[in-house]
Amino acid sequence: MPRIVVDVMPKPEILDPQGKAIVGALPRLGFTSFSGVRQGKRFELTVDGEVTAEILEQARRAGTTLLSNPVIEDVVNVELLAD
Amino acid sequence: MTETPLIGAAPTFSTGSRADAAQGLSGARIGVITFPGTLDDRDAARAVRIAGGTAVALWHADPELAGVDAVIIPGGFSYGDYLRAGALSRFAPLMERIIQAANARTATARLPVLGICNGFQILTESHLLPGSMIKNDHLKFACLDAKLRVENNATAWTTDYLPGQEITVPLKNQDGQYIADEKTLDALEAEGLVTFRYVGGNPNGSRREIAGISNAAGNIVGLMPHPEHAVESGYGPDAASGRSAGTDGLGFFTSILNTLVGGTK
Repeated sequence: MPRIVVDVMPKPEILDPQGKAIVGALPRLGFTSFSGVRQGKRFELTVDGEVTAEILEQARRAGTTLLSNPVIEDVVNVELLAD
Repeated sequence: MTETPLIGAAPTFSTGSRADAAQGLSGARIGVITFPGTLDDRDAARAVRIAGGTAVALWHADPELAGVDAVIIPGGFSYGDYLRAGALSRFAPLMERIIQAANARTATARLPVLGICNGFQILTESHLLPGSMIKNDHLKFACLDAKLRVENNATAWTTDYLPGQEITVPLKNQDGQYIADEKTLDALEAEGLVTFRYVGGNPNGSRREIAGISNAAGNIVGLMPHPEHAVESGYGPDAASGRSAGTDGLGFFTSILNTLVGGTK
């Protein structure tokens, strides 16, 4: 069944406390090459049947009205997942 | 004081000496909305009754507001805080009615709404108040008695406080860091819409120590701390008058009753 992926990230200017905690933990495990981490969300929307342009548009609108809060987050990617 | 829980009690239940002494106030009907996962609806209803009003239980799926004079959106973890705190509750049928009523065109018709903790998060998700809450900057759940300064006593929910008065009420949250862009924060400050500020330490990293805000009309107030947990001696924060004796939160509930009776808001 086709799936549409919607990726949501905290806005660049918003401090991401979770990402900050993760970047602090990485070097303790020997992962010393990463100076920053930002944590986002990935949604996978399953579609029964063919994905039309209208359905992709619906996914975009769902992204900005429910899946993200535009005050603190951006929808950075909406795409049809290749099987 | 005799008290019965909100759930299981008749919706118009109102008795006790305090209420009898305030006949005019007990006619005010304050709705307390319950979502799946709400925790503090009973305490909020109890606070309304202790202040002398009538608490009316509302369910998130109700189609109508049951003719209440004001609404409290209490704390908890509505819908498990899934997606984002308050994000799913915002689309509950009763919230649509509340959004409509709170934004009514004429000042006298605007429904007073108080959002506490998760209720504040629901109000920002509903765009009834600006900004948003993210995880506490220290990443831990915060549970403490917070000292707040009343920055604006001209809202429907704060008239019984003095400007600059310091009050102590419990605070308990995970996603309590209030944020907004600089322009929004400047506008809030300039228009006097910062209602409460943390004093003596910022418990969650909130921008400009903001603990609560209001809309321009003053009928909508949201805050992270819990005034409903500081309304009855013996069950409140520690105070100068004794252990667990703090009742600084009661002013929210007497304010709204006075506002409704006075009809000035």
